[in-house]
Amino acid sequence: MSTLDLTATTAVPLTRRTWFIRTIQLAVIAFFIGAWEVLGQAGILDKFYYSRPSLFVPRIGGWFAEGLGQGSIYRDIGITLLETILGFVIGTLLGVAIGYLFARNELLGKAFDPLLSMFNAIPRLVLAPVFILAFGIDLQSKVALGVTLVFFIVFFATFTAIRDVDQTLVDNVRVLGARRRDVTSQVLLPAAFSAIVASLRTSAGFAFAGAVVAEYIGSNAGLGRRIATAEAFFDSTGVFGGIVLIAALALLLDAGLQLAEGAFSRWKPRREH
Amino acid sequence: MAPAISLRDVAKVYRPPRKRPYLAIEHVDLDIPTGRFVSVVGPSGCGKSTLLGLVSGLLPPTVGEVTLLGSRVTGVRTDVGFIFQRDALLPWRTVRENVELPLRFRGERDPARAKEWIVRVGLGPFIDNYPHELSGGMRKRAQLAQSLVRDPSVLLMDEPFSALDVQTRNLMENELLNVWNPGGSSGAGGGAPGREATVPRTVLFITHDLEEAIALSDEIVVMTAGPGTIKARYPVALPRPRNVTEIRFAPEFVALYERAWADLRDEVARSYKRSLEAG
Repeated sequence: MSTLDLTATTAVPLTRRTWFIRTIQLAVIAFFIGAWEVLGQAGILDKFYYSRPSLFVPRIGGWFAEGLGQGSIYRDIGITLLETILGFVIGTLLGVAIGYLFARNELLGKAFDPLLSMFNAIPRLVLAPVFILAFGIDLQSKVALGVTLVFFIVFFATFTAIRDVDQTLVDNVRVLGARRRDVTSQVLLPAAFSAIVASLRTSAGFAFAGAVVAEYIGSNAGLGRRIATAEAFFDSTGVFGGIVLIAALALLLDAGLQLAEGAFSRWKPRREH
Repeated sequence: MAPAISLRDVAKVYRPPRKRPYLAIEHVDLDIPTGRFVSVVGPSGCGKSTLLGLVSGLLPPTVGEVTLLGSRVTGVRTDVGFIFQRDALLPWRTVRENVELPLRFRGERDPARAKEWIVRVGLGPFIDNYPHELSGGMRKRAQLAQSLVRDPSVLLMDEPFSALDVQTRNLMENELLNVWNPGGSSGAGGGAPGREATVPRTVLFITHDLEEAIALSDEIVVMTAGPGTIKARYPVALPRPRNVTEIRFAPEFVALYERAWADLRDEVARSYKRSLEAG
């Protein structure tokens, strides 16, 4: 006669399984990097085009060892991050404000709908040259590109969240005595806020990408410029060093935002594993 | 005494965008005396819920006049409690914050009062939980506390228990009778924590369930299939305090059920036939 012991079973195998998956994930990464290195050493992957880990990892180390000053890696990272943050914050604020306005004012929303759709249809990166011509090669053109990328994500998230807000919630607070501004602050903005938090990671990623691409196209500082410079000297090791650094920063940024998202989503039902 | 709720020749036309306008209710005349528990039953789509929208002022009537607590309804009324059929708690607020909300809207801070009601509906241990962490029945209790914390003398309820399982539902029905009329002495409301006035609470309860309507009410109102009008009214002469689970077996209950069901059955059949033709 077998009985199910529901108290003991789940915890232990679950962690064991997690560890197993972690190990496999690490192994896949190690295999990929190892293959790159081995194929590079063997001359199958031309070092001139593809570099290899044992070349670009010390290069990155060298950048950090150079220290502070004009053109240092710290300054490049700082500038790229500053552009990202500015693009993200300005784009988010504009997206929320205009998304809220258009969702609350039907005529305004209808009037601007075709224009916004047209803008949204443009692949935003082709605007980078326009912004560089208009704003120059300094900070502004990078922030402008980031703003156009972030704005539409946040705008649509806010607009949809407010337009589709559960009417029962609005009716309920109105009967409970909410004034117009209470409805906004207690129901509409929180509903939009959770949609914005959900789009946070996507939009921050876009702000980062916008900054790097605009730097690559025309700039005098930042990680994108570092790659462009290396490319101009046919220095593939420098290009890959920059790419790896950018990827690492993007991962770090995403991990940070994931924490923030978790902190803001305590009220949401969590999916069970 | 003037009736707590009064509808005079009321009709409501809905005009959904890009669809044909339709008449939800017409020629509705209804007076509900203070302190009465009145249920409205009818087939789905007969405009039962529209009645509550009109009384609360969330919907303006197309024709006619609605009066609540002695004054004409011209906008959203905040002197009623409204229990919606769907979940109406703010999902990003805890039980405590949700129940404190109506007090905050009035510029009051009375955490003790909110807490008293939360404990009273049995949610003491869950005061700092979010709605998604509660069961459907618990969420309804929280909604009850949220509506009653301001001690409204009129309570509007729109099929509040229709989503609950039968056992939970019977429990909630009994508890509702308790908060409506604690102690069970007929007609005399009050006894709620901090309730100063002794104005008995009036309840307008919407349901599609005739059994539930009879078990809870002083009077039931049967509506016709849409456009809804009042077809019949039956006083419920069952003694209080009642236990909704047991009262269903009383002979008076069964007799009343059979009479009212004869009325309701035809309307349900008409409503069903119409939905088949439309679909």
